Amino acid sequence: MRLGHELIGRLLGWASVQAEGGFWMPVQGSTGAVVVDRIFSLVLWVSVFFFVLIVSLMVFFVVRYRRRDARDEATPSPRHNTLLEVTWTAIPIVIVIVIFVWGFTAFLNLNVPPANSYEVLVTGQKWKWLFTYPSGHVDEDLHVSVNTPVSLVMTSEDVIHGFYVPAFRLKRDVVPGRYVKLWFRAVKPGEYQIYCTQYCGTGHSDMWAKVVVHEPGGFERWLEEASNFLKTMSPAQAGERLVRTRGCAQCHTVNGTAGTGPTFLSLFGHQVALEGGRTAPADEDYVRESIMEPQAKIVAGFQPVMPTFKGRLTDQEVTAIIEYLKTLK
Amino acid sequence: MTGAHPEHLAHHFDTAEQQFESGKLGMWIFLATEILLFGGLFCAYAVYRSIHPEIFVYAHRFLDKALGAINTAVLICSSFTMAWAVRCAQLGRQRALVRLLVATIALAACFLGIKYIEYQHKWKEGLLWGKYFRAKLEQPAGPPTARPTPAPTPAFNPDERSLIPPAAEGPGGLAKRGPEPLLASSPGPPKDVQVFFAVYFTMTGLHGIHVIAGMIVLALMLVRATKGEFGPTYFTPVDLAGLYWHLVDLIWIFLFPLLYLIR
Amino acid sequence: MANIDTTTDAGGRGAGQNALGGDNYLTHGRGLKSWLFTLDHKRIGLMYLVVILSSFLLGGIFAMLIRTKLLSPGNSALMDANTYNQMFTLHGAVMIFLFIIPGIPAALGNFVLPLLLGAKDVAFPRINLLSFYLWVTGALIALGSIVTGAVDTGWTFYTPYSTTTNTNVIAMVAGVFVLGFSSIFTGLNFVVSIHKLRPQGMTWFRMPLFLWGIYGTAILQIMATPVLGITLLLLIAERALGIGIFDPALGGDPILFQHFFWFYSHPAVYIMILPAMGIISELVSVFSRKHIFGYTFIAYSSIAIAVLSFLVWGHHMFVSGQSLLAGMIFSFLTFMVAIPSAVKVFNWLATMYKGSIWLATPMLYVLSFLFLFGIGGLTGLFLGALAVNVHLHDTYFVVAHFHYVMFGGTVIAFLGGLHYWWPKMFGRMYNELWGRVGALLVFVGFNTTFFTQFVMGSQGAPRRSYHYVSQFQPYHVLSTIGAYTLAIGLVIVAVNLAHSLFRGRPAPANPWGGATLEWQTSSPPPHDNFPTTPVAGDPYDVEAWTYDGRIGGFVKKAPAGQPAAS
Repeated sequence: MRLGHELIGRLLGWASVQAEGGFWMPVQGSTGAVVVDRIFSLVLWVSVFFFVLIVSLMVFFVVRYRRRDARDEATPSPRHNTLLEVTWTAIPIVIVIVIFVWGFTAFLNLNVPPANSYEVLVTGQKWKWLFTYPSGHVDEDLHVSVNTPVSLVMTSEDVIHGFYVPAFRLKRDVVPGRYVKLWFRAVKPGEYQIYCTQYCGTGHSDMWAKVVVHEPGGFERWLEEASNFLKTMSPAQAGERLVRTRGCAQCHTVNGTAGTGPTFLSLFGHQVALEGGRTAPADEDYVRESIMEPQAKIVAGFQPVMPTFKGRLTDQEVTAIIEYLKTLK
Repeated sequence: MTGAHPEHLAHHFDTAEQQFESGKLGMWIFLATEILLFGGLFCAYAVYRSIHPEIFVYAHRFLDKALGAINTAVLICSSFTMAWAVRCAQLGRQRALVRLLVATIALAACFLGIKYIEYQHKWKEGLLWGKYFRAKLEQPAGPPTARPTPAPTPAFNPDERSLIPPAAEGPGGLAKRGPEPLLASSPGPPKDVQVFFAVYFTMTGLHGIHVIAGMIVLALMLVRATKGEFGPTYFTPVDLAGLYWHLVDLIWIFLFPLLYLIR
Repeated sequence: MANIDTTTDAGGRGAGQNALGGDNYLTHGRGLKSWLFTLDHKRIGLMYLVVILSSFLLGGIFAMLIRTKLLSPGNSALMDANTYNQMFTLHGAVMIFLFIIPGIPAALGNFVLPLLLGAKDVAFPRINLLSFYLWVTGALIALGSIVTGAVDTGWTFYTPYSTTTNTNVIAMVAGVFVLGFSSIFTGLNFVVSIHKLRPQGMTWFRMPLFLWGIYGTAILQIMATPVLGITLLLLIAERALGIGIFDPALGGDPILFQHFFWFYSHPAVYIMILPAMGIISELVSVFSRKHIFGYTFIAYSSIAIAVLSFLVWGHHMFVSGQSLLAGMIFSFLTFMVAIPSAVKVFNWLATMYKGSIWLATPMLYVLSFLFLFGIGGLTGLFLGALAVNVHLHDTYFVVAHFHYVMFGGTVIAFLGGLHYWWPKMFGRMYNELWGRVGALLVFVGFNTTFFTQFVMGSQGAPRRSYHYVSQFQPYHVLSTIGAYTLAIGLVIVAVNLAHSLFRGRPAPANPWGGATLEWQTSSPPPHDNFPTTPVAGDPYDVEAWTYDGRIGGFVKKAPAGQPAAS
């Protein structure tokens, strides 16, 4: 069966899908992509065949049987033909069953991860993907090693998001309150796009990330370096990185323009005007409270939509962020 | 057919029979849509009950079976008076028809009154849906059908989950309870009890709205009946209203065991 | 087509041919109240036509704004991200709930169904009027949400986003709820009419296939819409009362919403296509001058589609987290539901074989339909295959697929039916040349707009995206050019039809040679539809009619073979 699939797939794949990507498909970045593309090719050629058949017959009939005089009549012919009708019902049934079986068996394989896969926790939130590695490091991109099966365990913090890597032909909705699993095995080093495909609000089309596939050995080095950024960078630098990669920058700018939330520029050390006419000084306690209990003080003119980061940022990370904000004068 | 009442025959129908049958078919189709409307809720019930049976088993005991049973009897009676009313319309017995319509409406009002009592109790106890649920749950309160608490357990604390099944400590009868190991071995309420009340209030609430709508329709029938509009040649509206009323009753007959009599 | 006289007044109106100058349903009773309180199905159909076409215009404007924004991949001065999200939601909701679902049944079906049955009206004329006012009420409530905080959830209202966003979901959803009842009552009316008002001699298998299509649709409207009703009520209860049924924090399940929603919304797309297929059956027979091929198979396939449509809703949810077993079952059934549609296409082609084909405007729409619905249906095969669906779900491929079936299928057939029944409804012929130009431009514009999107989608472009990766810009630009072409085509169609109301040649009773009963009364018909109750024959006995150049229309052949005025 597998040999048959491969044979048919190669035959059909020629001129429609290639490993580097072609007219229809992007690059084949994973083992799964190759399988999906073969089935796509089968359906494509079946569709082309039937479409060409239908349209040619249609055009031929229109030309051949065109009414030339208003009183012309049709040539007498049978009003039904049971054999013909059964045939053109049965043949499509057989064809679609073949497509169904292949689609389903491939789907099963795509859903069952191999036993020794490397597990990464994926969190979707408005509007950022976050990837937590076994070392505890949290990053905004998905780094993996080439030719290694990787399992993704995914959940959402708020609404349903959709995790999609076109190059891997991989997609799953990410739901709050439960975990879903995906796996893949990348075949080529490089960077591949991640999108969010389940509409989730204003920043839905900004919820982009990257899969970075490392050469052998590269991934371990990256993880080592990245996990220690709090140690290797100054607190303010680490804070800048956290603000950029952990979901703050989706709503807060650092250049003075207002977004969904107030800008961070010139925030620290000044008085903040709150809803209801009060003010508060933007000191360390204010920043910490705004991160952990964002509904406690709402800045005048903004909506109370910020989610809490309790449990998502460590104390050390919050301190780094505060240090960074101090530099934004 | 002979004896057709010309003024009730619409111009696009050929015979009164055709008109009557069309009306009947139309009403049955409408009832089918109502069944599908409630079907969604029954489906939600089935889904949540199958994934969290412990919630339903635990929470349903806050419902008063006695009141529920009375309400069931009330509605069945009202279906009886309704059917009798239709028969009277067919036979041209106007005074009986009027009295029976009044009786049906009165029974419906009685149903709503009892429902009001039940709802009020839930409100007071905080046994509400979703985010409004604020009841204090130690052991199930109230109805005399509460099972005997396992006596030997000292200083019962709902936050501590004891690993000893109560059957080992309590009266021997508990062990024979049947396929409910979940409830028998976990002291204290299950998580998300408010799910039951979400289901309870949406189902009985939507049903209640239909009872009210039915009462309005029956009141309109009553007005027309007192004016003598119905008789052996024309009783279609009463017939159709009766069909609707029977459906409202039937839906309750399903709701009652599913919500009140969970075992 | 030199010998068919469609542009000049053939003169010589025969008795009962054209009733423009005399008493017809348009002139029977004058004044606003005679329209607003009418019980005449023809007038109700016309009122529906006006409001439904207006909805198409509104939805189309939203579409043009979206396509214009998408010329550039980044921020746009035309609209910000929030507005864009509201635009695509409104485009979808207006097109689906206000235009396509009521579409053919309400605007054309209401007018034509009693005529096809040789009847004086539908079974319940007052409920028919009620359905119309429910549409108006629902539309006003739904559109009112634009003013109070236009919804940005997508027309699918997925939870938890729809239960937590601060736009006015309740107003939109309440409007849709009311619209649902309009749909249910229309379906109820049609089912009872077809069961009870068929004339002597018109058994089920001697009914025109358009009625089979309407019947299948009506069953779906009755059975599926209530489930949407309860889903929307629960959504409102969730937002307004915090009922918690879809909220994971309160023990609820957001995926349950999707199951409920698609349980209706999948049959809904068959509500859209079944009447369209019915129209194609009528047109292909008449404009090939030939009895429809395979009547029985086509009739049964409508029922098969209606039944199977209830069993495939999960194919919208293959990547939602539903179980593998559920995915398998839904995928299999999805492939099965494709078969009856394919069977219909083959039967229509076989009808054209050895026919005498007249490329009048309605027939151009038939050819367009076969081409476009062919693509739409075949691309459904990609989406039904589980492994491939994982890649294509929620990309532009899906957007292209459903536009091909909904627009390329339903709307094209709607336009074909409108051009077919236009002379009957208004007693006027439109300009044939401009009719053809419009049909052609629509065809070219449509393909340019949407075929591009298949490729974009398989390349990985996600849908509902304000920002997009710049590699997709050439596709978006081409698609927008197509959209403008399509819009021009539709404007030509509209102007041509509108112009005919004032300047069109008076139409004969049977301009096209149809054998169904509506052609046996004048154009436009009298208030009571038929001067005398017609006798139902074979609805596809088109050979019993012949062209009469004096009236520019068709008349029944006398038994001896000499043509006689009808």
